[in-house]
Amino acid sequence: MKTLLIGEYRQGKLLDTTYELFGFAGQLGAETALFLVGTDSQLPAYGGTLYLADVAVCGEYSPELHKQLVLEAIKKENPDQIVFLHSSYGWDLAPRVAASLKVAQVSEVVAIQEGGYEVGCCNAKMRRTLKPATAQSVITIQAGAFEGVQPGGAPQIVKLAPAGASNVEFLGYEPAEEKGVDLAKAEIIVSAGRGIGKKDNVGIIAALAKAFGGELGASRPVVDAEWVSHDHQVGTTGQTVSPKLYVACGISGAIQHLAGMKKSEFILAINKDKDAPIGEVADVLVVADLLQFVPALTARLSQ
Amino acid sequence: MKILVCIKQVPDLESRFKPDAAGVWFSEADLAFRVNEYDEYAIEQAVKLKEQLGNEPEITVLSIGPDRVLEAIKKALAMGCDRAVHVQDSAAHLKDPWQIASIIATHAKDQAYDVIFTGMQSQDRGSAQVGVTVAEQLGYACATTLVGFAYEGGAITAKLELEGGIKGVAKLKTPALVTCQLGLNTPRYPTLPNIMKAKKKEIAGVPVADLLKEEALGKTVSFHPPAKKGSGLILEGDVSDLVEKVIGILKDKTAVLR
Repeated sequence: MKTLLIGEYRQGKLLDTTYELFGFAGQLGAETALFLVGTDSQLPAYGGTLYLADVAVCGEYSPELHKQLVLEAIKKENPDQIVFLHSSYGWDLAPRVAASLKVAQVSEVVAIQEGGYEVGCCNAKMRRTLKPATAQSVITIQAGAFEGVQPGGAPQIVKLAPAGASNVEFLGYEPAEEKGVDLAKAEIIVSAGRGIGKKDNVGIIAALAKAFGGELGASRPVVDAEWVSHDHQVGTTGQTVSPKLYVACGISGAIQHLAGMKKSEFILAINKDKDAPIGEVADVLVVADLLQFVPALTARLSQ
Repeated sequence: MKILVCIKQVPDLESRFKPDAAGVWFSEADLAFRVNEYDEYAIEQAVKLKEQLGNEPEITVLSIGPDRVLEAIKKALAMGCDRAVHVQDSAAHLKDPWQIASIIATHAKDQAYDVIFTGMQSQDRGSAQVGVTVAEQLGYACATTLVGFAYEGGAITAKLELEGGIKGVAKLKTPALVTCQLGLNTPRYPTLPNIMKAKKKEIAGVPVADLLKEEALGKTVSFHPPAKKGSGLILEGDVSDLVEKVIGILKDKTAVLR
C-alpha cells in the first residue's frame, strides 16, 4: 500500500501537524511520499520522496493551483490513498482532488479499523465506519487523532511547477485578535458552554473561575453568541490549553473544543447529559443541573 | 442575479441516537429535526446579499430529503428566500457526499446561478465535502469556511477562518460557491408576517431520480456509539453530596486545592 501525504505550510512555516500524517500512514502500514507547497530552505525531517512546489510561485492559499499540483504528484506516484489533515487547508483542498479523480473521500478519520475508517458523527456522540468503493481514495484525518511521528532524514526532492491559473486571489492574512487573556498560561480554567442556557448565566461560571483562582474560558457557540469575548475561546480556532485543572460547564464536547483542551492534567465536566462526548476526555463527569451545582461548588470553595 | 442556497435538515444534536434497523444511520424515532446550523448562516448571507442589491436577486433554496424537510424549506422561505426546490428522496441518508453533490450540480447546471451558498458542513455528518464538490462539478470558483462576506461588482471578498484565530482573505469572481462557518452573520428569526408570506411562495417538488445519475463512491459499514475509553468517573445524585465528592477528588488528584 502506498500513501501520498499532503503536508501543510503557513505564514512561512512548515506546520508540525504535518507529522501526524506519518502517524496515520504508520498505523496503516503503508509506504509514504510527501507533497508540500513550501520551500527548499525549510524541509521536513523525512528521508522519502518529497514532491515540492515553490510557495513563492504557488502561494499558500491557491486551491485551484494546489489541486493541479497534487494531481500531478498523484500521476507520478500512483498512491492508494491521498491523505490530508482535516484542517482549513485539508477540508478545502481534499474534495477538489477527490472530485477531479472521481474517487471516494472519507473525512475526519479518527481510527483505522478492519472494515474501513472510523469517523465521528452527530456532534461526536456517534461513530460511523466508512469504506471507499473506489481503488484510490482521499482521506482527511482528525487533528490530534494520530500521534505525530518525525521519520527523520533528508528528502529526495521532486520539484513540481504550477500549470494554469488560480481562480481565487489570495489577499493575505489577518492576525488573530489581541489576547486580553492568555489562557495558555492559566493553571485553572473554568469554561462555559452552550449548556449554560443564556448570557446572564456567564456570571455563575465566572464566579466559579474566581473561586478557583482561575480564568474564564468558553466554547465556540458561547463566543459566537457574544456571551463571552473571543479571547476566552478554547479550541481549534481559539486557544489550545493544558492547565492543571479544566472545568467544562455545559460543554457537550465538540471535536474542535476537545482538540483545544484534552491535554489538560485533570478535567472536571458538569453536564446534564450523561452521554455527552465531553465524558470521553473527562476524569470526572458530574451529571447535574449546572445552575444548581456550580453555585454550590463556588460557595463551598469560598468557605 | 440568481442565488442558490443549499440546506440540510438535521436532528437536534442534543438528542440520543440509536442505530436504525440496517445499522448504518440513526433511527428517526423520537427525533426532532431542524435546519442545519451552518446552513442558517448560508440563508442569512444570501438574504443580506439580496437586500444589498436592492432586492433584485432571486434566491432559490434547495433541500434533499423526505417530506419532513419541507419544514426546513419553509423556514428558509420565511427568512427571505423566494422559491424552493424540494428534491424528494426518502433514502437521502443512504447517499454519499458525491451523490448529494451530483444531485445539486445537476439541478444547478442549467440555472446559471451567480452565487451558491452552502454550510461548511452538516452537524450530523460533518464531511465538509458537499459544497466544494458541487463547485468542482460546476467548475465554479470556491472558498470555504467563511466568517466574512462582501460582494461588489461581480466579485466576492471572503474572509476564511483558519486555525488559531488567524483569518485569510481571498477574492473570487462569480459564478462562485462559498461555504459558511458559524458566526458569519446573525441569522434572523422569521417574523409572523414573513411566515404568512412564505406560505404563498412556490415549492417545486422534484423526484430524486430526475437528478441523480451517479453511483456512490463509498459505503457505510456501520453506525455505532464510540468505544468507551478512559477511566472517567461519572457522578450522579444530590447536589450537596456531589460538591463534597468533587472537592474530595480535587484534593486527592490535583494540586490546585490545599
